[in-house]
Amino acid sequence: MAIFQPEKECMDREQLKKLQLERLQATVKRCYDNVAVFRERMNEKGLTPDDVKSLADLAKLPFTTKQDLRDYYPYELFAAPMKDIVRIQASSGTTGRQIVAGYTRNDLDMWADAMARQLAATGADENSVVQVSYGYGLFTGGLGAHGGAERIGATVIPTSSGNTERQIRLMIELGTTHLCCTPSYAMYLGETINEMGLKDQLKLKAGIFGAEPWTEDMRMAIQESLGLVAHDVYGLTEIMGPGVSYECDKQNGMHVNEDMFIPEIIDPDTGEVLPEGAFGELVFTTITKEGMPLIRYRTRDLCTLNYEQCACGRTFVRMLKPAGRTDDMLIIRGVNVFPSQIEEVLLKVSGDEITPNYQIIVDRVNNTDTLDVNVEMSEKMLSDDVRSVKAIEDKIVNQLRSTLGIGAKVHLVNPKTIVRSEGKAKRVIDNRKLH
Amino acid sequence: MIIKQISVFVENGVGGISEITKILSDNNINIRSAYVADTAEFGILRLIVTDTKKAEKVLGDSGIAVKETDVIAVEMSDTPGGLGGILDVLSDNGVNIEYLYAFVGKGESGALMVFKADDAQKAETVLENSGIVDINATSVYDSLK
Repeated sequence: MAIFQPEKECMDREQLKKLQLERLQATVKRCYDNVAVFRERMNEKGLTPDDVKSLADLAKLPFTTKQDLRDYYPYELFAAPMKDIVRIQASSGTTGRQIVAGYTRNDLDMWADAMARQLAATGADENSVVQVSYGYGLFTGGLGAHGGAERIGATVIPTSSGNTERQIRLMIELGTTHLCCTPSYAMYLGETINEMGLKDQLKLKAGIFGAEPWTEDMRMAIQESLGLVAHDVYGLTEIMGPGVSYECDKQNGMHVNEDMFIPEIIDPDTGEVLPEGAFGELVFTTITKEGMPLIRYRTRDLCTLNYEQCACGRTFVRMLKPAGRTDDMLIIRGVNVFPSQIEEVLLKVSGDEITPNYQIIVDRVNNTDTLDVNVEMSEKMLSDDVRSVKAIEDKIVNQLRSTLGIGAKVHLVNPKTIVRSEGKAKRVIDNRKLH
Repeated sequence: MIIKQISVFVENGVGGISEITKILSDNNINIRSAYVADTAEFGILRLIVTDTKKAEKVLGDSGIAVKETDVIAVEMSDTPGGLGGILDVLSDNGVNIEYLYAFVGKGESGALMVFKADDAQKAETVLENSGIVDINATSVYDSLK
């Protein structure tokens, strides 16, 4: 498979470290000069940008968390003047409010390179037809993959998500060779295509599937049903979007774009940096970003970094598929969902002072994630009029949709029917078994 | 007269209502009237029982959501226009009826009508003043025993 930027992707690691240090120093200075919160935290620790003399000094710097993105919403973590910010993307935060990321022209340029590297690693080039079935909009998936596909000069079909019949028709009529979407949607497309008996009309060669957890079994099923090679991709809005790391044709871990991001693995409890190869929380420092550079951003994803040289020739470290999270965030149909968001809606709608007992049940039915919320009735919610109870149920459904950005099925149940263990209700049941 | 109706939340599923009737019978509470309003997902069972307070307690203790509502029960004259006369009096006086249902009482005519009015107190006064029904008929009390 072609390598899009071998001068970066296959860089000698000693040279890479030099480049990383230069870029890290520049980024720390940029944040120190432009982001008041960061400067205060550095000052508290008695640090200035001059204290970053080696890559090891990174461990001295303060962490950034998702809470920070909420607290300093929307622009306080931006390190570039608004006149230089050309794009905003967003993702859900731990409560109703979204978190945003701002990109300068250079940031979008780097992002396109990062996704172009991913696409090239799947064999895509200027002769390819790339169908982007990730959602376009505030979600980084659609525009992220789009930018990379344009960068390699492929023909892009920006179908966005949904309307499966049209997706399949265009895929066949326009001869799509590369597909970008969530793995669960790829499963669904595959099944539908096989049911319609259209598999032999496909020209698919490879797919890039990310934004939600998936298993090796799903990879096998997708490869079989769509007749392509399925690649994993990793990213998060806070750091950039899809393309923070990407899987090559060896399908054995995702190469982190280390000329743009420095990964660390830390102990999630102590914050200590763990030795090479250890399992722990993944932390990223962006070293090229201008709009919203983040120093030591705690992803809450748990994984391992593999520094062994990959057979593909790339020298970038590989991160293994995240095997869990340190917080209670769920990824449902590619969307980040926190139980606290659901709790907030229930508190508001119930009209009570305490949140009604609830249980979140996540499952995967016909390859699509389902979200069910059981809510215990309280006296306050009950009425002799069935319509007013139904109205409460509808209100919960509508508010969940607008808060989470995805639909949920709501079931009202009798008090004390949600099973409690040791007096505390188990809030989340995830039946998908993804890890 | 104003009487207490209890509304009970029932999840759809086999045995939902029988669970409730069993709790009541186990506690020696007699159901005088039962009416279910339902959606695809759940139902609200409206009950008039012989001992409202006790019913609320035993159902609540069993983890069932219960709500008490004031409704008006009147004995109907068993003649054409009996119900219409009552409704006319209420609407002429600006009382809105949210729902109504009948049940078999122990009085002479046999039929008791239950109304849920937007203002139960006002409905009672209006009916009492109209003289169209005997709002304090002992037959109503008897029917609830």
